[in-house]
Amino acid sequence: MRGAGKPSRRRSAVWLGLTPFAIYIILFLAIPAVLAVGSGFFSAAGSFTFDNFAALADPSIQADYLGTVGLSAVTAVLGAVIGALVSFALLATKPDGGLRTAIDSASSVLAQFGGVMLAFAFIVTIGTQGLITRWLVQAGLEQNIFNHSASGGTLIYTVAGLSIPYLYFQIPLMVLTFMPAMEGLKATWGEANATLGGTRFTYWTRIGFPILAPAFFGSLILLFANAFSSYATAAALISQGGIIPLDIRGYVNSEVVVGHANGAGVLALLMVVTMIIVMWLYSLLERRASRWRS
Amino acid sequence: MSAPRFGATPSRSTRNIILIVIGVLFLVPILAMIEFTLEIGQPVKGVQQYGIQHYLDVFNPANESTYDGLFQGVQNSLVIALFTVIIILVLLLPTMILIELKFPRFRKVLEFICLIPITIPTVVLVVGFIPAYRAVAQIFGSTPYTLAFAIGIICLPYAFRPIATNLAAVEVTTLSEAARSLGASWLQVMVRVILPNLRRGILSAVLLTVAVVLGEYTIASFLSQTTFQTALLLIQQTDPYAGVIFAVFALVFVFILLVLIGRVGTLRGGRAARKRVAK
Repeated sequence: MRGAGKPSRRRSAVWLGLTPFAIYIILFLAIPAVLAVGSGFFSAAGSFTFDNFAALADPSIQADYLGTVGLSAVTAVLGAVIGALVSFALLATKPDGGLRTAIDSASSVLAQFGGVMLAFAFIVTIGTQGLITRWLVQAGLEQNIFNHSASGGTLIYTVAGLSIPYLYFQIPLMVLTFMPAMEGLKATWGEANATLGGTRFTYWTRIGFPILAPAFFGSLILLFANAFSSYATAAALISQGGIIPLDIRGYVNSEVVVGHANGAGVLALLMVVTMIIVMWLYSLLERRASRWRS
Repeated sequence: MSAPRFGATPSRSTRNIILIVIGVLFLVPILAMIEFTLEIGQPVKGVQQYGIQHYLDVFNPANESTYDGLFQGVQNSLVIALFTVIIILVLLLPTMILIELKFPRFRKVLEFICLIPITIPTVVLVVGFIPAYRAVAQIFGSTPYTLAFAIGIICLPYAFRPIATNLAAVEVTTLSEAARSLGASWLQVMVRVILPNLRRGILSAVLLTVAVVLGEYTIASFLSQTTFQTALLLIQQTDPYAGVIFAVFALVFVFILLVLIGRVGTLRGGRAARKRVAK
């Protein structure tokens, strides 16, 4: 009976096992997170101040915040609707068949395909000399949506244009998160509907949509959060500000912007507060959605 | 499809229309990348020449100095990936097993911690990493490899999920009690009972971690270190063909990684499948 008779020492040895991970989390998650959102409350000299919050009064920051929310909302709604359509279509494939497996794998690759490489893909597709842009020019559209956007420049280098590459990872993410809910629709519900004289239209309005709604909106919120926190794709395409993550880069790279040295901290706090509200909404919906699973 | 349809399942033609339209839209950028890398020179009288010249250039030893930064970035990223995997295996994995066995009431806490990096955007964390890394640089020096600590944090959600799923599916407590009552030491329980049962979850976690590290741009760029992604953006400004060629390679590589993860995932159903065959 090894270890019998001295349970308290054993117990503390087990507790000791949790410390390496705890130390890692404190050093590289807790401290950086606190430093990030806390730095907004300090002046360059290190004293407590609210002066940095003047950044929030800056009209260009306000416009960029609305731009970030707008970009996230548009790509979340379009991504959710198109992704849900794909999930719907996938119901007609065999769960372990080749087509479903291929689309599942492709979705998980593309949902991860943010950043520099995604930016390249769209520069060569709809950039100034992109494949599609050249085709449109050859077809006689000298000035088309891609090389002559609303602002007159190349669409892909504007905030509105970012929505196109963003959709390229939003739609696959929707397929990944929404497919389980789609698969949760039980065949017996369809049979019950038919037995009671319902049509396919009543099936969707009375059964399908109401059951899928919480999962759909939950996934939509997840997509919003995903777009809102994306940085790399935008950074590779746009050299100035335009969305809040790029403004953070601006503040960090030129730390001596007069008046608000720790502006990056204020914007970090702004993003975290937004994300917490968004994730709180998500947890509410997720609780409702999980009722129909299991 | 002659059988009447009651439920949600769409007809075959509806399915095909949706999947073909969206599939084609998703193929266009990939094809555009491949087309771009195969271009040779400017179009002459509207006719574009194609060939594999740019691919040969990238691997031509004569151009080595041009692509030096890029290969350095790839090398750095691979070493960072190795260190990040070690962090996951040495810090996260034992903690997850320990909590499962001894402190199950902390399971929710651990899950919450591991999912925090999804709620806090990387671009926010990085604002805190900058001062934190001034301290790190004093201890370890300013090498790109220390990025593994920061990137390990953003890998937590991806590494946690597959291991947690695997832990939930295996009766770790029962197995370890059985092994202990048969006289096995804790080391034996770990090496011969628990880890072999978790190898699928661990493998998925490791592959996902590698995929995340290779795609990581935000942390490396804010901390001014050369990794694959930052080097890619840099080379694209002087040689767009090389940038896109490497992006295509990376895409193929990550696709293979994730197909492997998919394989690992379906193997999980192996037991059930075998049972079916046995009937």
